[in-house]
Amino acid sequence: MTDHILTEQPQAEALAVTAGRSLWQDAWLRLRRNRAAVASALVLLLLALAGIVGPSLVPHRYDQIFPQYVRVPASLEAYPREDRIIPDFQRSLDRARITIGEVELDGSTIRAPISDDEALDPRITRYVDRSDLFDNSRLEDADGNALSEGATSGVMVADVQRLRFLFGTDANGRDLLARVLIGIRISLAIGLLASFMALALGVTYGAVAGYLGGRIDNVMMRVVDVLYSLPFIFFVILLVVFFGRSFVLIFIAIGFTEWLDMARIARGQTLTIKRQEYVQAAEAMGVSSAGILKRHIIPNTLGPVVVFVTLLVPKAILLESLLSFLGLGVQEPLTSLGLLIAEGASNMRGAIWLLLYPAVTLTVILFALNFLGDGLRDALDPKER
Amino acid sequence: MMKSLLSATCLATVLLTAAPMLATAQAEVVYNRGNDTDPTTLDHHKTSTIPEANLMRDLYEGLVVPNAKAEVVPGVAESWEISQDGLTYTFKLRNDAKWSNGDPVTAGDFVFAYQRIQDPKTAAPYANMLYPIVNAEAINKGEKQAADLGAKAIDDHTLEIKLNAPTPYFLQLLTHQASFPLHQKSVEQFGDQYTRPGNMVSNGAYMLEAFTPNDKIVMRKNPNFHDAANVKIDVVNYIPFEERATCLRRFEAGEVLSCSDIDNAQMDYMKEKLGDQLHIAPYLGSYYLPVKVKKEKLADPRVRQALSMAIDRDFLAKEIWRESMLPGYSIVPPGIDNYPDPVFLPYKDKDILDREDEAKKLLEEAGVKEGSLTVELRHNTGENHKNTMTAVADMLKNIGVNATIVEMEGTGYFDYMKNDGDFDLTRAGWIGDYSDPQNFLFLFESANLGFNYPRWSNADYDKLMAEAATTTDLAARSKILRQAEELFLKEVPAIPILYYSSTALVSPKLKGWEDNIMNQHATRWLSVEN
Amino acid sequence: MFTYVLRRLLGAVPTMFVIVTIAFFMIRLAPGGPFDLERPLDPLIMQNLERAYNFDKPLWQQYFIYLGNLAQGDLGPSFTRRDFSVVDLFRVGLPVSIQIGSLSMLIALIVGTVLGALAALRQNSWVDYMVVGTATFGITIPTFVIAPLLSLLFGVLMGWLPAGGWGTWKHMILPVVTLSLPQIAVVARLTRGATIEALRSNHVRTARAYGLPTRVVVGVHALRAAMLPVVSYLGPAAASLLTGSVVVETIFGIPGIGRYFVQGALGRDYTLVMGTVVVIALFVIVFNLIVDILYAWLDPRVRYD
Repeated sequence: MTDHILTEQPQAEALAVTAGRSLWQDAWLRLRRNRAAVASALVLLLLALAGIVGPSLVPHRYDQIFPQYVRVPASLEAYPREDRIIPDFQRSLDRARITIGEVELDGSTIRAPISDDEALDPRITRYVDRSDLFDNSRLEDADGNALSEGATSGVMVADVQRLRFLFGTDANGRDLLARVLIGIRISLAIGLLASFMALALGVTYGAVAGYLGGRIDNVMMRVVDVLYSLPFIFFVILLVVFFGRSFVLIFIAIGFTEWLDMARIARGQTLTIKRQEYVQAAEAMGVSSAGILKRHIIPNTLGPVVVFVTLLVPKAILLESLLSFLGLGVQEPLTSLGLLIAEGASNMRGAIWLLLYPAVTLTVILFALNFLGDGLRDALDPKER
Repeated sequence: MMKSLLSATCLATVLLTAAPMLATAQAEVVYNRGNDTDPTTLDHHKTSTIPEANLMRDLYEGLVVPNAKAEVVPGVAESWEISQDGLTYTFKLRNDAKWSNGDPVTAGDFVFAYQRIQDPKTAAPYANMLYPIVNAEAINKGEKQAADLGAKAIDDHTLEIKLNAPTPYFLQLLTHQASFPLHQKSVEQFGDQYTRPGNMVSNGAYMLEAFTPNDKIVMRKNPNFHDAANVKIDVVNYIPFEERATCLRRFEAGEVLSCSDIDNAQMDYMKEKLGDQLHIAPYLGSYYLPVKVKKEKLADPRVRQALSMAIDRDFLAKEIWRESMLPGYSIVPPGIDNYPDPVFLPYKDKDILDREDEAKKLLEEAGVKEGSLTVELRHNTGENHKNTMTAVADMLKNIGVNATIVEMEGTGYFDYMKNDGDFDLTRAGWIGDYSDPQNFLFLFESANLGFNYPRWSNADYDKLMAEAATTTDLAARSKILRQAEELFLKEVPAIPILYYSSTALVSPKLKGWEDNIMNQHATRWLSVEN
Repeated sequence: MFTYVLRRLLGAVPTMFVIVTIAFFMIRLAPGGPFDLERPLDPLIMQNLERAYNFDKPLWQQYFIYLGNLAQGDLGPSFTRRDFSVVDLFRVGLPVSIQIGSLSMLIALIVGTVLGALAALRQNSWVDYMVVGTATFGITIPTFVIAPLLSLLFGVLMGWLPAGGWGTWKHMILPVVTLSLPQIAVVARLTRGATIEALRSNHVRTARAYGLPTRVVVGVHALRAAMLPVVSYLGPAAASLLTGSVVVETIFGIPGIGRYFVQGALGRDYTLVMGTVVVIALFVIVFNLIVDILYAWLDPRVRYD
């Protein structure tokens, strides 16, 4: 009801109401009214949380290998599958080179009578424990007590270890869920850090060029033109070749190639702002160039720049995935969504889950970033609505 | 109006001329053949890779050739004699051997080619393949004149080759592209342009028609080839596939009839869907992990042996490589010629858990405390290499050794290895050029700085290798080589982990493809049925 | 106008010079060389090869040799494809890349503007949501996922189109679609935003008030204004589309020049990399010029200066 009244108010009155609010407060209000943007922000927040704390919450580490579960499909049900338990138990015992009786499976406990010509070595339990399917294996006598030393026969008992791989496992037998979570962390970090770097570099450069103007501006923008014509992959390949494939390097490489647009936007903004009265007033009052840049120009270029950043983050994430496709991604055992998707794309047939889950995750992130970006743009620049 | 009329007549003429062409096109048998990559060059003296060898095998014919089963059979030479001491080979060349332009193939063409490959100016990477020939090495080093080469044309149809030492695998060397002849006149006339379509004159079953980089190399049946009557395929299109998955898709769509390699990631799918179109055959190749023996922490052979013991090769072969590799326990792959009694690591058949116990004991003896040793596993870019190293790192954890992984981009990696890079463990693979244990064991001779990544230097080993090189008796020679490998496996400067398999996709329409240990499949032995 | 173009082109010469210089020294500083292969070469053979290609001379001397050749339009021999000169390679590859690139651009432009305009006219309707949703989706899926999916679907499973390769018009369809999808998405979004803005501007309102039919208003006035951001986006995009895409060319097996860049850089094929850098830079410069000219034509407020 109140909303309705507000929007129906004549423009002049609306202005009067909002006169006391700063540009940012105003934008914040508008942003909050944009449901898609709010939802996107929430989704992003959740995913960021998942990336930060998720890897330590899920039961398996992202670099933990389950040799018995290489490339198992995603499933809500716990592994192992029932028909695998007895044969695997038998195989484990076979390796211990002892005589085995009938294997019995009872719920999640498995047992088999065993015997040998010599005394049973208690260490043979490790053959069973080594398997990802069983744990807590022990030797018992017929009554269920611990086997006495020197006995030549007894019962091998073990618990069936139930493991859940909600997203399945990869070609090395690692939990894809854990890897997707760490991938979210790395991808978001690369996206944010690269964008931040582009932002810092670009805004400073653009603002300085625009503010100083004249010949310096000319030279500075010519440098941007030159760098613009140098292909991105060229930079990155060379950087990776020079310095190896560290996580830091990748975001620097991306940030370093993405600041050019930012510099252009910031310069354009600066040129407009420079002619405003308050800047000229500050100049007249003898404020130094650096002071004016810091106090007036840079803060006022931030509007369009922030919008641009929300579009830059997805771009950086996608660029990182291109690098991964070319085999220049982050170093194992770390991974990124792009790297996971690149691996998944080559496993498209036969192991579709390897592509599906990382791709869906990346899509959700990029969707959210895009909607948030749109929302921000609308909020900061009411004209554009 | 004028314009549209013109194009209408043009179209009509095109249609008219196209009609009879279509008829012949239908009769033509075309074979779209997947190859690993494009060649660096079609000048066979400057080639070195397997995809290049595949092309050259169709374009040229050597003195002897591999048949469909990769057995050595007469090629340009119809017969040959070997002197009692094994040092002189006299080849009798067939009278009907012709170049694609109709010129006869003479002994002089071979002498010309053999002199050219040793010429330092040619800078041929495989010049050393012919080093067994008298003075070849000296000529290549610029110490002697080309005319001093131990290969002489007695007459147009008799070629005599003198060797430094009896070389039991010499005939096999002659099937390699480094031993193919060259058409002297066209090479001299066109210089480095002689490989261009139109310029190139070849003596194989096929001749070059077109070469579009990254697209295809078109070869047409050579009507002057002496066995042309039995060559069933008229046109071969060699298509490079850097993406194995792309080849699989085009294979399934029926656009190519064979793929020279497969995408391991899709192995399960291929096994299920393609059945016997998927070919996996033993191959002459080893995949191993060189260890930098100079480093203090890795200098003790017991430490290296312990690392080797802890590696579960069955898991690597079965789960990581999806059975496109075999578990490896020696540097010389099984099935090789001149090596009747192969030797393996002693723990080949032991259970991995027992091996781990033994490994821990060895580490203890060597004074390495659990958890105190950290090694770096380095590899060049590649999905399977990455997965292999990830798995190995996990296996080393079981004996209390920490491992980190470092991936390097290809060229930088090879440069790093060449310059004695500071690695701990790395990966390398070797596919034999000829079927003889020497071709694997020479990798670790101390003077072989190019291949000896570990920079392992063992005087006894070098002595055994030198002794084998001069031994004529095959049985005695194989014993010496066996001793050398035994020594190698005791010291493990490089840990053998897998043997290569050759993998291919072959359409049921393509007949005559025989899996063989050299993975050689010349198109002249194949045919296409619809 | 003519003098303007001339002035801009002349101004590009020093830019090109700087680019060539940077690229030359950067690639030369990278570890390894074109002859470092998996199978290492004998040091002696390596020396012979290096001499043959002037690598034994000091770097600055090689740089001037390269500049001299470049000035005559000679991009040098390729090291990894030794039967070809770099110019030979471009002569074969560039037309292929340009064909695919320009077709995808054209499609992106037409489909993108139509979709964007439709969405703008029906703002906040299901059409709008569909377009925005699909467009966002189009941007988020990497080409290296779309390309094999399309090839699999239409090439292998349905068998309607070739799964890969090059030759007939049919071979072009899937690569062009793959390349144009993300571009359609961007163009549609840009058009939508700009059209909405234009529809609210005074001159469009006036045109409507005069009773001109919506078709005309949108077609003539709104779209013209809406094209501005699209044009400024498509300039650089066209430069990168026409110079080929590594991913699409590798996955579909197309002999364009997009692959040479990565193949060249990874294989340290110095001349090939340099050649690609030169070609890409030229395209970027030319397309920036075209954008500026188009801009002035679309928006009379902008002048050449």
